[in-house]
Amino acid sequence: MGVLVIAEHDNNSLAGVTCNVVTAAKSLGEVAVLVAGEGCAGVADEAAALEGVAKVFLCDNPAYGHGLAEPLSILLAAVGKEYSHLLAPATTFGKNLMPRVAALLDVAQLSEVIEVVDEATFKRPIYAGNAIATVQSADQVKVMTIRGTAFEAVATDGPAAPVAEIAPVLGETLSRFVSRNLTESDRPELTAARVVVSGGRGVGGKENFALIEKLADALGGAVGASRAAVDANFVPNDYQVGQTGKIVAPEIYIAIGISGAIQHLAGMKESKVIVAINKDEDAPIFEVADYGLVADLFEAVPEMTAMLE
Amino acid sequence: MKILVCVKRVVDANVKISVKADGSGVELANLKMAMNPFDEIAVEEAVRLRESGKADEGVAVSLGINACQETLRTALAMGLDRAVLVESDAELQPLAVAKLLAEVVRREEPDLVIMGKQAIDDDNNQTGQMLAALLGWGQGTFASQLVVSDGEIEVTREIDGGLETLAMQLPAVVTADLRLNEPRYVKLPNIMKAKKKPLDVIAAADMGVDIQPRLTTLKVEEPAVRSGGVKVADVAELVEKLRNEARVI
Ligand SMILES: Cc1cc2nc3c(=O)[nH]c(=O)nc-3n(C[C@H](O)[C@H](O)[C@H](O)COP(=O)(O)OP(=O)(O)OC[C@H]3O[C@@H](n4cnc5c(N)ncnc54)[C@H](O)[C@@H]3O)c2cc1C
Ligand SMILES: Nc1ncnc2c1ncn2[C@@H]1O[C@H](COP(=O)(O)O)[C@@H](O)[C@H]1O
Repeated sequence: MGVLVIAEHDNNSLAGVTCNVVTAAKSLGEVAVLVAGEGCAGVADEAAALEGVAKVFLCDNPAYGHGLAEPLSILLAAVGKEYSHLLAPATTFGKNLMPRVAALLDVAQLSEVIEVVDEATFKRPIYAGNAIATVQSADQVKVMTIRGTAFEAVATDGPAAPVAEIAPVLGETLSRFVSRNLTESDRPELTAARVVVSGGRGVGGKENFALIEKLADALGGAVGASRAAVDANFVPNDYQVGQTGKIVAPEIYIAIGISGAIQHLAGMKESKVIVAINKDEDAPIFEVADYGLVADLFEAVPEMTAMLE
Repeated sequence: MKILVCVKRVVDANVKISVKADGSGVELANLKMAMNPFDEIAVEEAVRLRESGKADEGVAVSLGINACQETLRTALAMGLDRAVLVESDAELQPLAVAKLLAEVVRREEPDLVIMGKQAIDDDNNQTGQMLAALLGWGQGTFASQLVVSDGEIEVTREIDGGLETLAMQLPAVVTADLRLNEPRYVKLPNIMKAKKKPLDVIAAADMGVDIQPRLTTLKVEEPAVRSGGVKVADVAELVEKLRNEARVI
């Protein structure tokens, strides 16, 4: 038995969230990591150096090059039977893949696990985080996605674990990769940033979002947004923080022109310090903000940026 | 082309739920219920394909208690042709839902299944992927664009880094994300018309599928509450507090 962590990566480097998943995995048993991709041997070496990882499996094959769920799930269903737990991050990669793996293994899947109670019992948020369920699994293999912000990251400079190559398990080709259009940014990754500055509908337009970006840059932070700001095309979809977007828990979260709908709060209320800037003193965001400033963002945000630069 | 659309009845997105005092679950009595918002988007997409002539039939399916008929009527009022309720009073977890849906698919033989990416009650985001696995079909999850051509679809997906486009042959499963479309409001005459559209009820127990729950909920609790802090007078005070009190900048 033991725990198998499915590494998230882009064939070149390991996604940081894998380090958080390994922490959750360590509490469940001996940890092996599977790196499946194309030309991803370097990623396997990175995974081998994660603290607490006992073994790395490398499966290098063009079928896995784009991280498609259909081929990866066949591999995982074959390899995963030998483990008590299969863990992946609760990212779009993990959420796309793990339910498919679970169905092939005829087991349930647990989404967005935030706490390991014991080897069969886990906590996870439901109803946009307005309730926390403690759930016990009766399945032989427990397949789950782990919320990265709920677990610390392991160190990346542990003793190198052995890397073993494994053969692919291939099936019928069901889908084909066409293209990827990734948002370019020099800022820190949203879910791992120490500072997040988010703008909402109140920012009023795409051009105005520069105000939010300047403040984020003055603080060395990432930029996020509410759904309303994404829907209105102020920013790309991958900026969305919330129940159905990204979950963040930075040291400081600054919500600007965001009302504080439950769906938004679900994505940021675990932040250490929350700041809200909103011109409506009754906006619900103030109910969760440690520091609230009732002000017009077009005056307050440039002033704050200037003070910090 | 025939499309099957899965619609779940959930607590309305605008309702703030509370946890039962005995920790056994969420208080659902007398709450406003509605179609899962992502499923409205799924229905809208199917109706548009129907209206553009790309699809010739759109069937709504819901699994759950008898009251799910209301949700199905809403889907019919939005423009789908017919509805199927798989009735069950039991707790249906995603694997059971996927197994029942796979059986519905065997009976209905759709070319495309469109569902929501996530039900906003249990926040699982699993059922579409599970259904695709059980059927051995391709999956286009978290779709923000769907292009249907002869026997094939192209799905643009919202992923953590941006957007990704995949192509797959039909039949396939697509799960809708928020930006796929903006669902229409249902007009009164269409609600009247929907009452006359066919709605079949099948008992889940007659489907020959194992729907035993695999997960047991031991306890449901309130999350730690965050109490609101202070209001600051101006930007200078805010920066001062962040520096010297919270010490985060
Ligand atoms: C199924 C579903 C899933 C959802 N998922 C998410 C999600 O993941 N993330 C998310 O964020 N939302 C999500 N939502 C949407 C959510 O319900 C809200 O509609 C959304 O968060 C509102 O965004 P907002 O606060 O930017 O806009 P609004 O609610 O319109 O608030 C704008 C705020 O800006 C303030 N403002 C305006 N002008 C100024 C100014 N000049 N200076 C200062 N303040 C100003 C206003 O006072 C107001 O409070 C979801 C909804 C549904 C139904
Ligand atoms: N009981 C149900 N009846 C109909 N569709 C469902 C049901 N449960 C889940 N679904 C579909 O599966 C999607 C994802 O749900 P979930 O995996 O529970 O988050 C939903 O948006 C629906 O389209």
